[in-house]
Amino acid sequence: MFNKIISVAVLSLLALGWQGMVMAVENMAAETTAEQPVAKSTADHSKFKELDKVFKSGPDVTKACLGCHTEAAKQLHKTKHWTWDYINPDTSQQLGKNRVINNFCTAVPSNYKFCTACHIGFGWEDKNFDFTSEANVDCMVCHDTTGKYKKLPGLAGHPNYETLEWPPHSGKFRAPTDLKNIAQNVGPTSRQTCGACHFRGGGGDAVKHGDLDSTLEFPQKYLDVHMDAKGLNFTCSKCHVTESHEVSGSRNQVTAADDKGHLIPGSTEKRNPATCVACHDNNPHGAKHALLNRHTEKLACQTCHIPAYARGMATKMTWDWSTAGKLDEKGQRIQTRGSDGNDIYDSKKGDFTWEKYVIPEYQWFNGEVIWTLPDTQFDPGAVLKINDFKGSPDDGKSRIWPTKVFRGKQAYDKASNTLVVASLADDPKTGFWMNYDMQKAVTAGQAYVGKPYSGELGFVATEMSWPITHMVAPSNDALACDQCHREEGRLAGVTGVYMPATNNTPLLDRLGFLAAFFTLLGVLGHGAIRYFMHKRGK
Amino acid sequence: MAERIYIFKRFERFWHWSQALLIIILMMTGFEVHGSWSVFGFKQAVNIHTIAAWTLVGLWVFAIFWHFTTGEWKQYIPTMEKVDAMMKYYLTGIFTHAPHPFRQTTLRKHNPLQRIAYLFVLVVINPLIWTTGWFYLFYGSWDAWGFGWLDLRWVAFFHVVAAFMMLIFFIAHIYLATAGHTVTSHIKAMITGWEEVED
Repeated sequence: MFNKIISVAVLSLLALGWQGMVMAVENMAAETTAEQPVAKSTADHSKFKELDKVFKSGPDVTKACLGCHTEAAKQLHKTKHWTWDYINPDTSQQLGKNRVINNFCTAVPSNYKFCTACHIGFGWEDKNFDFTSEANVDCMVCHDTTGKYKKLPGLAGHPNYETLEWPPHSGKFRAPTDLKNIAQNVGPTSRQTCGACHFRGGGGDAVKHGDLDSTLEFPQKYLDVHMDAKGLNFTCSKCHVTESHEVSGSRNQVTAADDKGHLIPGSTEKRNPATCVACHDNNPHGAKHALLNRHTEKLACQTCHIPAYARGMATKMTWDWSTAGKLDEKGQRIQTRGSDGNDIYDSKKGDFTWEKYVIPEYQWFNGEVIWTLPDTQFDPGAVLKINDFKGSPDDGKSRIWPTKVFRGKQAYDKASNTLVVASLADDPKTGFWMNYDMQKAVTAGQAYVGKPYSGELGFVATEMSWPITHMVAPSNDALACDQCHREEGRLAGVTGVYMPATNNTPLLDRLGFLAAFFTLLGVLGHGAIRYFMHKRGK
Repeated sequence: MAERIYIFKRFERFWHWSQALLIIILMMTGFEVHGSWSVFGFKQAVNIHTIAAWTLVGLWVFAIFWHFTTGEWKQYIPTMEKVDAMMKYYLTGIFTHAPHPFRQTTLRKHNPLQRIAYLFVLVVINPLIWTTGWFYLFYGSWDAWGFGWLDLRWVAFFHVVAAFMMLIFFIAHIYLATAGHTVTSHIKAMITGWEEVED
């Protein structure tokens, strides 16, 4: 009996002890998880009294920002994001959005109010914009974290401060922008802020690049191994490392071949940090795949690791301005959508085609791009290269790059054989989108930039190349060997490189196999004679 | 009546058959890497070709050692003696069961045509295939070795030329293996080491 009492008491004490221990551990765990994550930033902008007020306009907000960030506007004034003007030091060509004519919406001048919805400033409504104004730098467009800040085409880079029907004539209304809320919630740039313009270049989502579109806002791993929202979750600036508001890595001056290896933190080298090699080094494939490392002297990494572009949504592939301006029987604008929901005809713009999962066109590229500038004369009988990618297999600095080639037909002056600026969006009297008269639009556009126009309107076939470098796929989705190493493989059109298995010695093969065939025929014949003679001899 | 003599020693037989296997594998995968046909898939063909080539290198290290230490390399010294008789035999005598003009011995195990053929393999086909193959394998090191001026398309071209010569040799070799004292005597000898010869 005594034993039993003792044993029950001991066991009970043990159980109590165990219970106590479990509770203690649970409490500790609860304490740990209850801890708030430490904020990454050292400043909570919602606590600043400078921002706790009603702002009347964007520049008002900027003035408040500059009260603390005293040098920010001066830094931004030096960037292409602000100037839209850039002289390439290698080619001495004057480039930038404000200078070049492309084969999408063609040109910015005379269309400022519309186009500058993607300018990092306020109030660029005509060619007299004051580029020295600090208050006109728009901090919010890049630093908003609420997702509610929107600059709308036609407002010259301002968001709407009043209630606005948007899209026009849609019967839907946008409330005035809550500037205070946005100012109190500024933060680092994000895929959303960069993407507000860079995903929507050329007039809409996914139109321009092919490797940049809104599917990158929250991408899955298959679409972009680095930006994978549930994985590495890179922002744009993770690669496009930015200092003093100068964003690195630009298609205005492409690093086509980087063999400088890993960019070590602290390095004072002046080089583009936004290359694959800057992180992945010169020989990124392990010893098991050493053969792949040797491909890097001919191929850009992107060639294998971006097996197709427009993998999130369809991108625009062609744009024919020559058919623009057709109206229906009531004289109204026509807008036609294809079976995939994308616009294929618009009276304002002409005919389009779209494609998804596009296999890039591959070309040798050394980073040098020669643009057709507004003054460049060309042969209208040939397809005009808006931006000619230079490169060759023999210059030692070219790599085979995947590119999107955007093909179009656009207005030019048949007398001078130059591209022309067209007034599209701003001026109700001359703008093509209000009048559907290309002659009038080009006359006004050329006059706006102070260039002659003969009045002889023509349409020239054009091509514009875009390097494909975003939307890097997981390694399992990289190109397999035999997608290039085969007859009529992916690189069939690329010259100057010997690729096994591409039928590259047809004459030798014919002679070799014929010789082998006759040898076989010879020995079989010899054997047959031996056999018959042997039979007969028996 | 046939007499049996011991011609091929154990290592020699091992060398012959393992080399035969490797050459068959190398030809199958090599012509796939070249794009002539498709069996393993390009990637596997490259991998197998590389492994088989290195294995053959290893085998050759032993074979060369063996040839020099045993003096067997002398078997490949060419002779024109009885070449005409051999040609005549293959063109006529073989059909009428005429006596073989060459009598194998342990010291002279290859007939004069064989000597010339194997010497051709040793001094033309093999050097060509090994040199080009070696450069092909170390494509990434050309600059470091001072061979930056080399052009892969020519290295590959001559590698393929040598491969075709090897293919032709291979066909003829297999057929002539049946041209011994009896249809199977050479083949048996290569397996057991013992050759039947006419007495």
